[in-house]
Amino acid sequence: MTSIGTGYDLSNSVFSPDGRNFQVEYAVKAVENGGTAVGIKCKDGVVLALEKLVTSKLLKPGANKRIATVDRNIGIVSSGLLPDGRHFVSRARDEASQWRGLYKAPIPTSSLADRMGSYAQAYTLYSSVRPFGVTAIIAGWDSEAELPVDGQVGSGPGVGSGGKKGGSKYGGPHLYMIEPSGLYWGYYGAATGKGRQIAKSELEKLNLSEGNLSLEEGVKEAARIIYVAHDDNKDKEFELELTWISSLNGPTKGRHEEVPKELKEEAERLAKKSLEGDDDDEDEDKMEE
Amino acid sequence: MNHLPQAWGRPRDDVYGAYDHSHFQTAGPIQHTQSPIVTGTSVIAAKFKDGVVIAADNLASYGSLARFTDVKRLRKFNDQVVVGFGGDVSDMQYLDRLLNSLDVRENYSSSDTPMNAKNLHTYLAKVMYKRRSDFNPLWNHLLIAGLDADEKPFLASADLLGTTFTSPTLATGFGAHLAQPILRRSLPDESSVQNVTKEEAVELVKECMKVLFYRDARSMDKYSIAVISKGGVELREDEKLENQSWAFAERIRGYGTQTV
Repeated sequence: MTSIGTGYDLSNSVFSPDGRNFQVEYAVKAVENGGTAVGIKCKDGVVLALEKLVTSKLLKPGANKRIATVDRNIGIVSSGLLPDGRHFVSRARDEASQWRGLYKAPIPTSSLADRMGSYAQAYTLYSSVRPFGVTAIIAGWDSEAELPVDGQVGSGPGVGSGGKKGGSKYGGPHLYMIEPSGLYWGYYGAATGKGRQIAKSELEKLNLSEGNLSLEEGVKEAARIIYVAHDDNKDKEFELELTWISSLNGPTKGRHEEVPKELKEEAERLAKKSLEGDDDDEDEDKMEE
Repeated sequence: MNHLPQAWGRPRDDVYGAYDHSHFQTAGPIQHTQSPIVTGTSVIAAKFKDGVVIAADNLASYGSLARFTDVKRLRKFNDQVVVGFGGDVSDMQYLDRLLNSLDVRENYSSSDTPMNAKNLHTYLAKVMYKRRSDFNPLWNHLLIAGLDADEKPFLASADLLGTTFTSPTLATGFGAHLAQPILRRSLPDESSVQNVTKEEAVELVKECMKVLFYRDARSMDKYSIAVISKGGVELREDEKLENQSWAFAERIRGYGTQTV
């Protein structure tokens, strides 16, 4: 960073001569200290997982949830500055409810990601604000069924024009990650925070683009990745937070919910077991079933 | 020539005379709804020992015209509350969207216990009262049926004036005159609720729907019926009145073409 100390990092929205915005890069640094967050897109749903670092023994276990619900079918997890993350979620909820007010239907995950991307980007443009110190993962399931319009009272005419084209497929799982610069991409698997490098290499091994991973396997993998990415030496305690969104005929019926206790405990047990296995053989590929 | 921006694009005063600004004003004060437009008729409901039965027909009338015949006037809020709407259908749609946004917000925190019927009745009653106090009422009469915090049957009404009422049996609109007396025969007071089974309550409500169809000219024979109990909500929206008998009609005199 040759331009550091030359004054180009003191104000937001100012470029350095070599074309960088240092305030945004510093925001990325803030994210790199946060607990690891992971999102996995599976064939029949999406999983979100978070390594919630326990900062005090006086905090109630299981309270202060960090993965938030937006509308009914979307989940957001963020890594970095906590209050920035909460503000980001609050804005996402406003966007979702505004969308409903206008279109009388839930916001598609892609549209929410787009709006939130633009929102984050706007915070890189003005000297009176600073960029978001969070990278957020947005996961959603867009309904595959024909949803009634909000407030619809009847079924309308049984014949005639209108409605969707037959034979096409609608809805499905979506996963996006938004960075402090406002940059966002859609992902098969996304990771951010402290353990992102390890988490990303673990995600790559899952061959998510083939679309074979089931939601339940995805939950177990997400838990395992959080455990693998956790650095035992530097941080002592953490809590695993797991949420998921399935298809309409799946376990959550298209809603974003916490993973049930039994499945979460099973996933954590397998995750811990796979870590113990690592000590004697180096085979990290070994899947626990 | 006037250089001020507010004069841009306006006819020139020196050519056409001073502009008459009263054309910008609409005549008279603001008017809110004076009467409903598209309306649903009665909603009826009765408690039984494990829950509540609620029913309303599927008609939305435009004056005396039977305009929409597949209108669902029972709205499921969650697994323990159903709201029945009588009165203006567009106001019902507004309330339905309001409840939808309320439900979305309620589910942001997964740990909370879900809203029960009593909570929802309190909320809706306040919405109705607020709107009537603004002289802009939502032209509806609502029945809120479901379970309270102790999972006991709960049934209450809220109307366009913000009036609230609770009783083992309730009916709105024409039903308040025609169905309520019949419902009270089986359920005269709160203690009698314990003696009524689900089957008896459903039968009672269906019988009342039939009487309402016989005598209420703004009703129809297709209706929705919901049973709310600990097991959840059973909502059927395409029921048809069965075993009708119009024999009594022969004895009616004074209308139509007969001369006697």
